[in-house]
Amino acid sequence: MTTTTSTALDLDAKLELYRVQVALRQFEKRAYDLFLENYVKGTSHLSLGQEAIAAGFAAAMRSDDYTFATYRGHAHTLARGVPMTPVLAELMGRTNGLMAGKGGSMHLTSVEHGVMGSYAIIGAHLPIACGAAWSAQYRGTDQVAVCFFGDGSTNIGAFHEALNFAAIWKLPVVFVCENNLWMEYTRTTEITAVPNPAADRASAYGLESIIVDGNDVDAVYAVASAAIERARAGEGPSLIEALTYRHGGHSRADPGKYRPDEEVAQWLAKDPIPMYHARLLAEGASEELLVQIELEVAAEVDRATEEAKAGPTPGADLLMKDVWADGGSAWRN
Amino acid sequence: MAQLTFREAISRGIAQEMRRDDTVLAIGEDIGAAGGVFKGTVGLFEEFGPVRVRDTPISEQAILGAAMGAAMTGLKPIAEIMFSDFFAVCWDIVVNEIAKSRYMTNGQMTFPLVIRSGNGGGLRFGAQHSQSVENWAMMVPGLKVVVPSNALDVIGLMAAAVRDPDPVIFLEAKSLYASKMEVPDGDIVDTLGSAKVLRQGGDATLVALGAMVPKTLKAAEELAAAGIDCTVVDVRSLVPLDTTTILREVAATGRLFTVEENPRLCGWGGELSSIVSEEAFYDLDGPIVRITTPHIPLPAADALEDMAIPSVERIVATVTTSMGA
Repeated sequence: MTTTTSTALDLDAKLELYRVQVALRQFEKRAYDLFLENYVKGTSHLSLGQEAIAAGFAAAMRSDDYTFATYRGHAHTLARGVPMTPVLAELMGRTNGLMAGKGGSMHLTSVEHGVMGSYAIIGAHLPIACGAAWSAQYRGTDQVAVCFFGDGSTNIGAFHEALNFAAIWKLPVVFVCENNLWMEYTRTTEITAVPNPAADRASAYGLESIIVDGNDVDAVYAVASAAIERARAGEGPSLIEALTYRHGGHSRADPGKYRPDEEVAQWLAKDPIPMYHARLLAEGASEELLVQIELEVAAEVDRATEEAKAGPTPGADLLMKDVWADGGSAWRN
Repeated sequence: MAQLTFREAISRGIAQEMRRDDTVLAIGEDIGAAGGVFKGTVGLFEEFGPVRVRDTPISEQAILGAAMGAAMTGLKPIAEIMFSDFFAVCWDIVVNEIAKSRYMTNGQMTFPLVIRSGNGGGLRFGAQHSQSVENWAMMVPGLKVVVPSNALDVIGLMAAAVRDPDPVIFLEAKSLYASKMEVPDGDIVDTLGSAKVLRQGGDATLVALGAMVPKTLKAAEELAAAGIDCTVVDVRSLVPLDTTTILREVAATGRLFTVEENPRLCGWGGELSSIVSEEAFYDLDGPIVRITTPHIPLPAADALEDMAIPSVERIVATVTTSMGA
């Protein structure tokens, strides 16, 4: 099934979706620039081009729902309402970072915003999302866990264990495959037995095959709302494949040169943000208002950059902290 | 007081905690109506029902992922990995996810969960169902590791593990499941990180864990009869490690022997030797001696397996030779 249903969102809600996407885009661009300036160390995996998925799902989630993200998780973290400063500061290894610099780009977590972690071992967080969903089911809270992962994750065992587990326990979890067509440096279809890595596996777990245009935030929102509603109603898990494309390489180290120029050009023409800009104009928003949103976001990114840069670097006091729940790390008496 | 087997103590310990706290849940393969392949969960399904005692597919990553996700959102799961050898198929969830996530998130999450597992040899199951993996777990920052040696400790340490806010690997020596002892009625709650001195002697200190404890006690009796009087310490918990008790008991006799079921390299006794060498070197009257399973996969044949795992005879012979008696 391909879903392109337009939703009943009003213009204000759509303007908010626009704002979130623009924020994710500008944030990621800034993160990249800060890499080049050596403020951000280590590695980083940007969501440039994939913003509509994070924005559309976050809008469909309740504030107490759970997000499980991957190492490509900046967008999913920010989309749940985590402010830019602590995320940027985390990338820069500062104490005002989301985890005081102890997690880094690939492990963004903000429990108070329902962001229950970003996981950098492929597939590992699908079973963990099942656990949060099981917990919600047991506690009777109606919470839903939404778990994002890439196309590459569909070929690891944990994916299949988690799908079966969620299906048999009818867990309130929504699995979202962001299919950006490339598993790191290899074309996904070349190393996957089926053309659609998630949707074509759905039937193996008794689930509906769902494919959505991941660059159309309205379509994402519609499909997300339906799946989340279904999970909340006790009808079990969903597996959604959102087709999208990353504008850059896999990670900071990768220029992405293995991709044909025509393919990149074709997807850049389907950039979710200009497309949505055009749609909003057609639906009655003024160019002036959209530009204003973009300028407000730019100011927010600038402010966050300055605040993150001003954050102190962590001291030795943090090094031995919080291995255990008592705050310490002692393993002997 | 009642005679209780080690395996009955497991379900009694779990039941004690499930009655007290309805956020305590048990999951694993065949743990429900079947009562567990080792019968360690008999009666739980009948008492607490299929929602709190839940069978899972043969999906170890899903089992432990589910436990982790549940623990981070307010529950206290007790998950079973049937044989500790199977940790190899879900070790990512244990090591990279459960153990690291509190630290990585700067303390935003806690993981009050227990992972129980049948551990070690003696049942002639061959190399893939017999390994002692306490050393795997001990070397991972962020995991607590508990290995009881008798039914009473099973109940008390299970209670302590469930009540502990951190992830605990709870290793049940398969060769002890049928062992029996008198256990008092009523709730039993122990503490993690406390070794127990089971016998006091002036000549040497034998430190043992899990299934090696009863063998070491038996060996100590024989050694005493031959004139070598040994202290026996049951480590009980590798993390946290009660170095205070161990260092004190080593200093008192001047000799340390470790009795370990894990294969030789990087066994827990190696770490203990290092600690004693650094901190009690001048209390030693002779070399530290480790008695371990050799560095081999465990064979299936009873004759071979018995040669591999430290036996009462080997403990007696090694101590006797080393003491120059």
